[in-house]
Amino acid sequence: MTVLHDSNAFKANAATALHDASLQEALAIAREHSIPTRARAIERLPEFERLRNSGRDLKNHVIAHLDQYLLQFEQSVVARGGHVHWCPDAGSARARVLEICRSVDARTVTKGKSMIGEEIGINAFLEANGIEPIETDLGEYIIQLRRETPSHIIGPALHVTQAQVEETFRKSHDGLDPARNLDDPAALMAEARAHLREGFLKADVGITGANFLIADEGASVIVTNEGNGDLTQTLPRIHIVLASIEKVVPDMHDAMTLLRLLPRSGTGQELAVYVTFSAGPRRAADLDGPGEYHVILLDNGRSAYLGTEFEEMLRCIRCGACLDHCPVYHSVGGHAYGWVYSGPIGSLLNPALNGIENAKPLPHASTLCGRCESVCPMRIPIPKMLRHWREREFAGAIAPMPERRLIRLWAFFARRPWLYRLAARLAARGLHLLARGQGRLKSAPFAAGWTRHRDLPAPQGRTFQEQWRARS
Amino acid sequence: MTSQPSSKVDTVALFVTCLVDLFRPSIGFAAVKLLEDAGCQVVVPPGQTCCGQPAYNSGDRESAMAIAQGTILALEAHPAIVVPSGSCAGMLKRHYPELLADDMNWGPRARSLADRVFELTQYLAARGLRIDAQVAARATYHDSCSSLREMQVKEAPRDLISQVRELSLAEMAETEACCGFGGTFCVKFPDVSDAMAQRKVDCIRATGADLLLAGDLGCLLNLAGKLKRAGSTIAVRHVAEVLAGMTAQPAIGESGTGDSRMGDSGVGGK
Amino acid sequence: MLAGIRAGMARQADRRRGAPPPAKPIPVIPARATAPGIDVVDLFHRQVLEAKATLEVVASRSDVPAAVARYLTARNAPAQIRLAPDRRIADLPWANAPLLETATGRSHGMDATSVTPAVAAVAETGTLVLQSSAETPTTLHFLPDHHVVVIGRDQIVGTYEQALARIVRDADGGLPRTINFVTGPSRSGDIGKVLLMGAHGPKHLHVILVDEAL
Ligand code: SF4
Repeated sequence: MTVLHDSNAFKANAATALHDASLQEALAIAREHSIPTRARAIERLPEFERLRNSGRDLKNHVIAHLDQYLLQFEQSVVARGGHVHWCPDAGSARARVLEICRSVDARTVTKGKSMIGEEIGINAFLEANGIEPIETDLGEYIIQLRRETPSHIIGPALHVTQAQVEETFRKSHDGLDPARNLDDPAALMAEARAHLREGFLKADVGITGANFLIADEGASVIVTNEGNGDLTQTLPRIHIVLASIEKVVPDMHDAMTLLRLLPRSGTGQELAVYVTFSAGPRRAADLDGPGEYHVILLDNGRSAYLGTEFEEMLRCIRCGACLDHCPVYHSVGGHAYGWVYSGPIGSLLNPALNGIENAKPLPHASTLCGRCESVCPMRIPIPKMLRHWREREFAGAIAPMPERRLIRLWAFFARRPWLYRLAARLAARGLHLLARGQGRLKSAPFAAGWTRHRDLPAPQGRTFQEQWRARS
Repeated sequence: MTSQPSSKVDTVALFVTCLVDLFRPSIGFAAVKLLEDAGCQVVVPPGQTCCGQPAYNSGDRESAMAIAQGTILALEAHPAIVVPSGSCAGMLKRHYPELLADDMNWGPRARSLADRVFELTQYLAARGLRIDAQVAARATYHDSCSSLREMQVKEAPRDLISQVRELSLAEMAETEACCGFGGTFCVKFPDVSDAMAQRKVDCIRATGADLLLAGDLGCLLNLAGKLKRAGSTIAVRHVAEVLAGMTAQPAIGESGTGDSRMGDSGVGGK
Repeated sequence: MLAGIRAGMARQADRRRGAPPPAKPIPVIPARATAPGIDVVDLFHRQVLEAKATLEVVASRSDVPAAVARYLTARNAPAQIRLAPDRRIADLPWANAPLLETATGRSHGMDATSVTPAVAAVAETGTLVLQSSAETPTTLHFLPDHHVVVIGRDQIVGTYEQALARIVRDADGGLPRTINFVTGPSRSGDIGKVLLMGAHGPKHLHVILVDEAL
């Protein structure tokens, strides 16, 4: 198994993915599952389209008052006895987490699912510093054992088949009886549950992500189905929340709006099994809960997009619907995108957070079919923003020179109707002749990309404009 | 906002699109016939070339703007602009106003044009055209992404197709999925595009149809190319050809004198 | 870092060209739980089952211990239960079910079954709203295999918003350390998209609905 970390290698990654039979099997299962599941959930809630408007407007409001809500959030956390750490980049976030872990001589850290954790590479960093991170989300756990990265925002092990999970557990779980039957998914989950229970009970620090931060209450919110996030944050002495700045919302009611959108869009559930609001450390009389509560507030390049044509991507609530409905994602899976985020939103975020020069192909890896935008609960105009990345590449001469020349040459003709008509007439005739009465070309050196997999239907011979003029 | 074509508008400008102009003029003539049947007088403004999508979608905003201005200039004098392609109609209707939004002169002109742009089947259905054609076939209809999501065209072609005598319509699975064309996408990422086209072709074949229809020539060239490479006998045509009963021309990517199953019903071009 | 954010806000202001920043929208509350004539108890019941939890209605508080005992026998679960040290649970007449062995307090992971109260139950999605306190430790909501939640009829509300109004706040008006919205038993679809119950949290969630106030 290879872990790909190069968005610029998208094309090669995609080729590998297209020939990976087990990946294709996993993608087909996911595709057939997720599209109808979401559709059913939405059909049951007549207010869904209005809720989407409300969600969009809410996030637009937050983004326009971001400084204010973040400061309010910090104040409220502190009032509840917690701590907020402002971290401009991945390095400072990692350093803060390590510092907190060291303050209690932590040896083991349990982790709930966190895309920010992936973004800052927290696991490798903790390991390198002698602290053992244990992923507790089943999917994350599987890929941690396989030393892979997530291939989907909410289903990190979407690319792994059941047979591969079994193989992975047999390889990594010492003391697992080789004779034990792990033939069905339930047995595999029971095995993981038993194994991870030990981890939960021994961990010194629990790290979770946050789906939302609530400014006026100083609370973080996690949305899960397994309950792993809750065990992660309840049992250890310290709870660390990893959250990026755009996660903040004004109050609990706003969180309800987003909660009505997120699970329906992501997993097709009316509500996820566990939605947990956490505000500060345990209270004096509490019988359980962490003694310390820390929030890592990560920017990592996001603020640079405030007030730009990319601002709307900050509305994303990471539901995964755009991946689930993307025909390109369906074809190549998540790893081809070469970094933490994948699918349509990945093609926006990876260039944004990693630099467009490190993610050149991603904005082009889309037919702009618009299905992502049609399902995005936050109504993010993803195709429009992909095009904005293409514009930046074109304007910044990041796009390949031959391609730029070709487009400019074509545009030269398209801007001159008489010249264009002439060129079209020549092309129509030429291609028609090349087809030699067959109606199509089997190969064409000037369109090798096209004819690799399909024939090129030939023109009928004379252009419409030519015939129309002759007629009138 | 889509304004309704008024029944008083009698002159319509046909924006023929660069693909139809170059590859398949018969679609243009079918569109002309249908519009005339609907009581319109059709003009083809000579200043038109391409809507500019290749530049726009490649990030060449400057060229796209220049082409958009040329197109607006060519079309804006006409009360209604009809386009036999959801994708090019979407460019004129949705993207020109966005592209030129900040331009004091061109912005309002782009918005005014956008209000008068219609996809062909949408326009015909709204004018209440009764289809008089006979094509014996089991057809399936592919929704192009732009028709569906930029132009909100879903029922119109189906309503019109359902009036064609001896033609039955079998819906394919996954009607909202893209066929993998995507303009330059299909040559930039041929393998990914092919995987997408393959899934679409599988859905088409599963319907048992012998005729594939769509309203966008880009998708049609892609799917015909894919089907013909695999040796499929499914005929591929633009929906306008069938609605106009003009099936004398060979189907897309085919040679000879048209599909014999449909040839008898053709009323021929003008 | 705040400076970077504020620079972004200045760019936003430029782009708005004097227009006011976007206002907060009016929330959209689903009619399914608020429309006149809706029976929230019935809706809650249906939604709980849909979330793959189970529910039994009993007439009075004194019926709860026997109902718990029946539930455990039917699932072949041990007759030991860990009770939330909350008056509404601890004060139930557990002597009515003499075979049940009860203990109170938090869980350390050794309890097969917990019995807890709830702050409210939301009909909209069949969601139980639980909160942490000295009487209701969070570990009881997650560590046992069976989680039994006892609610009174008057605790069922239509929407999340109505449930939030019932949260018991700190002395200074703050939220409790933890609020859990629980909708059905723990599950995962991470292995081949097959939905499996009992990933980490309770494998079974059972609601006992008492037809009177608790
Ligand atoms: S972009 Fe939209 S659909 Fe995609 S993950 Fe974000 S919120 Fe969900």
